[in-house]
This record gives sequence, C-alpha cells and structure tokens, in this order.
Amino acid sequence: MLEFLLRVFGKNSSSSKNVAKERLRLVLVHDRADVSPQLLEELKEDLIKVISNYMEIDESALEVNLDTSDNMVALVANIPVIRMKRTAKRSEKIG
Amino acid sequence: MGEVIVITSGKGGVGKTTATANIGTALAALGHKVVMVDTDIGLRNLDVVLGLENRIVYDIVDVTHGNCRLKQALIKDKRFEGLHLLPAAQTKDKTAVNPEQMRELCSELAKQFDYVIIDCPAGIEQGFKNAIAGAEKAIVVTTPEVSAVRDADRIIGLLESAELRDPKLIVNRIRPLMVKKGDMMSMDDIIDILAVNVLGIVPEDEMIVVTTNKGEPAVLDNYSRAGQAYRNMARRITGEEIPLMDLEADTGFMNKLKKLIGFK
Ligand SMILES: Nc1ncnc2c1ncn2[C@@H]1O[C@H](COP(=O)(O)OP(=O)(O)OP(=O)(O)O)[C@@H](O)[C@H]1O
Ligand SMILES: [Mg+2]
Repeated sequence: MLEFLLRVFGKNSSSSKNVAKERLRLVLVHDRADVSPQLLEELKEDLIKVISNYMEIDESALEVNLDTSDNMVALVANIPVIRMKRTAKRSEKIG
Repeated sequence: MGEVIVITSGKGGVGKTTATANIGTALAALGHKVVMVDTDIGLRNLDVVLGLENRIVYDIVDVTHGNCRLKQALIKDKRFEGLHLLPAAQTKDKTAVNPEQMRELCSELAKQFDYVIIDCPAGIEQGFKNAIAGAEKAIVVTTPEVSAVRDADRIIGLLESAELRDPKLIVNRIRPLMVKKGDMMSMDDIIDILAVNVLGIVPEDEMIVVTTNKGEPAVLDNYSRAGQAYRNMARRITGEEIPLMDLEADTGFMNKLKKLIGFK
C-alpha cells in the first residue's frame, strides 16, 4: 500500500527512472574507464612524483590498472618499494 | 564563412534526420542560406523527410568523384529561398567517400552558405568519421533511454578526441507525463550524467509522424510542439537566448481538457 502511494506521488527511489540513472552511472564508469591508456599513463607519472617524496620505488615495475567488476570499478596499483626515505620531503610536495 | 554543424548520435533512430530537416528548415525560415548534407550513404533518408525525393539527379558521391559540379547536385527547396539539400548516394556504401573529401566539400559549402548542417549516419564507423571530418561544431541527439544516453556519452568522447569540443545536446521524444511520474529520465537527469550543454528538448509528438508522412518538416506547422522546439533551437544556433520549453505545462489538467475539447 505504501509503495502504491509512493508510486502515485512519484517519489520513490525505485521508480524506473532512478533505476535507469543508476544503471547508466555504472555502465558509464566502465565505458569511460575503457577509453584512455594515455590517461592512465599520466596518472602513473603523477603517482611516481608523489610517492617519490616518501619512498624510493621501482618505477619500471610500477603497475596501475582499473579493475572493473560487476558493480564497481577500482584503481589498483602495484608499486614495488626499494627503500623508505628517512624523512619525507614534505616541502617538495607537489601542488 | 558559414558554420559547419554535424548532427550525430551513436544510436540509430533517435531523431538525427528529423532534427536536421527541422533545424535546417527553421534556419532558412529565419532568412539564412542553408544547405543540409545527407551523409548516410546507402540509407538515404533526408530527401524523403523533406519531400524532395523526386528531384534528385546527382548526389554527394557524384560530387566528391567529380561526376558533376557541386552546384548541379544541390537541390533547391521551393518553400524557402535559401534552403538546399545535398543528397546521399543510395546505391553506394560508406567507403565511397573519405574524410579528406568531406573536409574539402564542407569548406567549399561553407563559402556559399551561412549554415551547413550535416546529417550523420548511426554508428561510430566510417560514416561517422566522414560526417564529422569537415564539421566545426557538433549536436548530439539522444532520447531519455539508457542505451541512447550511453551511446551519446561514447560519441561525446569520440567527438572530443576529434577536437570537436563542447557539443550541444538535443533530448528528443520526452514524454512529460512519464517524467512527472518518475518513469522517464528528465533533461536534468541526462545533463547531469553527460555534463554537456543543451541545445533543446523535444517532446514526443505525433505531428512528427504526420508531417514526415507528408514530407513537410514539423517546423512548418505552427501547432506542433516539436516544431516549436526546433524553431527555438534554430534561433539559439543564431545566438539568440530563448528559454527552454516548459514541457510540464503540457501535462496539466486544463491542458488535457483543452486538448480533449479540441483546443490546441
Ligand atoms: N519527437 C518525436 N516524436 C515522435 N516521433 C519522432 C520524434 N522524433 C523522431 N521521431 C520518429 O522517430 C523515427 C526515427 O527518426 P529519424 O529518422 O530522424 O532518426 P535517425 O536518428 O535519423 O535514424 P537513423 O539512425 O536510422 O538515421 C522516425 O520515424 C521519426 O518520425
Ligand atoms: Mg537518419
């Protein structure tokens, strides 16, 4: 009954429009994540810059990928650390 | 120099050809020199939507292959002084023209017309690449459906990588009553997702079917809501600021009553 009333007033979150929007949101995360290896490359470079302030890393073995599963997309990075720096060079922080 | 605008969508059947015919005709009605170019080679449509199908002698492939001069292939629409159509070829396929030829053709047309409106075929292959090659602005048509919006998003990405930035969106076939009930995405929902600017919104309108049957674009019918929407878009293209139509007003009780008793 409540659901019927909500329907009548068009405010329930499971209205088909909201289902459509949520499905679109997800499908577009996947679609857009697909497009550009160049973007990932840029992200990689920025990551190296930031992380190098704190630790020495093996840049050649660094891996950054977008992992897509059914209902989410994750940024997965594998960054081999060679050694930690004793003091983080915070003053050199980018930005 | 005229403006070259491509009308595209990704998904088929969402209203590109209807939009081209109506915007082109409305621009001509405002007194501009307009040429509409049908690049849907093999599936020629724009000619019948405009009611010009019986007057075709040469087509776009004849022009790009040098079988005739550009002027010979242009069909003059008798309804408006400045309105012209360059028809697609019906018996060839999309590889009959290449992007370089399209660029040349468009720059030639831009010298002669204020607006060159290009009707793009569905898809993202050769036909799409041809259609956008000579364009400097893009209009993306979608309907309020998941598949159409998804394809529009893909097209917007492809347009950007082809340096066609800031495309304008047409949301076609909106049914205000369904939007009100929460059963159809609204323009705002779609804008929110695609993050582009709107050129116009078009309601679902039976008059589109009626006018297309007759080969007369809906903008020629003063009572068609879709026609009104396209007339507004034409004026926005020329730089005027026209507020978006209030489709909600169509769903009110009084309005339905008026419709029922025959007022428009
Ligand atoms: N606002 C509208 N209301 C009702 N019908 C519409 C509306 N817009 C378009 N249509 C109808 O939808 C159909 C498809 O339109 P149209 O041919 O313009 O699409 P298209 O995108 O050019 O298709 P294609 O991808 O095949 O080239 C036509 O039958 C047309 O009459
Ligand atoms: Mg078409």
